[in-house]
Amino acid sequence: MRVLGVETSCDETAVAIVEDGMAILSNVIASQVDIHARYGGIVPEVASRQHMITILPVIEQAMFQFGTSWHDLDAIGVTVGPGLAGSLIVGVNVAKAVALAHNLPLIGINHLEAHIYANWLGDVKPVFPCLCLIVSGGHSDLVLMEGYGKFKKIGRTRDDAAGEAFDKGARILGLGYPGGPAIEAAARHAVPSFSLPRAWLKGGDDFSFSGLKTALLHLVRGRGVLDGSWVAEAAASFQQAIVDVLVTKTLEAAQRLGVRQILLAGGVAANKALGDAFASCSMLPVLIPPPGLCTDNAAMVAACGYYRFQSGQVDGYGADVVPSLSLG
Amino acid sequence: METGRLGAFQIEVASIKTAHLQLISHSPEQTQRLGTSLGKLAQADDVFLLCGELGSGKTCLTQGIAWGLNVKEYAFSPSFVLVREYYGRLPLYHVDLYRLDHIEEIANLGLDEYLYGDGVCVVEWAEKGLPLLPQDNLLIKLSYLSQTERSLTLETNGTRYSQLLRSLKPEMKTWNSP
Repeated sequence: MRVLGVETSCDETAVAIVEDGMAILSNVIASQVDIHARYGGIVPEVASRQHMITILPVIEQAMFQFGTSWHDLDAIGVTVGPGLAGSLIVGVNVAKAVALAHNLPLIGINHLEAHIYANWLGDVKPVFPCLCLIVSGGHSDLVLMEGYGKFKKIGRTRDDAAGEAFDKGARILGLGYPGGPAIEAAARHAVPSFSLPRAWLKGGDDFSFSGLKTALLHLVRGRGVLDGSWVAEAAASFQQAIVDVLVTKTLEAAQRLGVRQILLAGGVAANKALGDAFASCSMLPVLIPPPGLCTDNAAMVAACGYYRFQSGQVDGYGADVVPSLSLG
Repeated sequence: METGRLGAFQIEVASIKTAHLQLISHSPEQTQRLGTSLGKLAQADDVFLLCGELGSGKTCLTQGIAWGLNVKEYAFSPSFVLVREYYGRLPLYHVDLYRLDHIEEIANLGLDEYLYGDGVCVVEWAEKGLPLLPQDNLLIKLSYLSQTERSLTLETNGTRYSQLLRSLKPEMKTWNSP
């Protein structure tokens, strides 16, 4: 079964075709990151206009890449939320029009659920029950997955999401946007020697990164003039604090819940320090989506669409955007 | 200037006037408690403008406002998406201008539907867009004093907010109850 996935929830216009929820036949992403970099993040109006310009060429390219015709497709999956309303609307309306024109079933997809299904596109397939850590610019959620489509949210961020903490930290250190890769690059050869706070929020599985950000700000203020090696050390210390909290709290929850695997998902899952820390601390297998599939893409949407379709969850052509959609 | 000191571990009233109230908070919980009182008193179309640097307690205060509006979750930072919506007794529109450095970018956001809508609008980093924001508002200036202390100054602009501040005063005694 071949599913066409469409993703426009934020700043990537993406379309992909995936077979049986695991084999990528084509995967096209038009990133707006350069356009948004000067704003230090996504600007909704700009994002929405860019999606309108790029969505049709991106669909054509995805079809061309695989050399397929519409008759070879079985369904269309499209992200309906969470995300920016103006961006989601572009993808959902185009997907509806295409589905109607070619008489294909339409499946509305939860973007957070799709991030998890990126793990089905790797070589090692997930097993249930597993604990998913979704870490991105807008979310830091711990979700227990007991089967296809069976999610239970265990923890969430109370203030800044992990990706957002990276963005703010990078801004404080003058390292640019997107903050995650900028901090990771600056930290690569540095020792995390500064003492920065970790919010453990004992007795629960929620996260908090706001206090860490404030501590970094005052560390920078106290320093005055910043030089490269000091910034590198601060970036390494900041990254280490985020990694420590994510790894420790995830492993604690995984042990308590008795899961068989840990799945990472979302843009921050691409952070190498995070992956390395999980690999060295976890007794359980830790799965990370293949390179390029942690950040927003449509292959994960198509994969998720396959499993939704298999369980009979098809939406009518009246599907609408749900900007504040959550998972579990 | 009327000054009252309520002890180091309680919210402290540094100064109080008709259109002005200055408080010292000693913990995130105290900042949230002030927010909860504001949320309870809030009406549709209210605009709360929050000004203050990173880590001064803006999101923390907004969490309290959300709880006061019977929102059953933590309002978390909208910096990444610029606006988050919550639904309690009234809709809460949580706007964050942190990433926007040019007034034209803010003008392009289409904030009017939130600012003049059917809910309560809380704007973080309001200092970046003051000329574009409603002139009638409750302006809350937050600043970092020490690791555990934040100063919060409430200024009212317009009769609705003077009335709000008057109703807030009887609420103040609930902040320090255990």
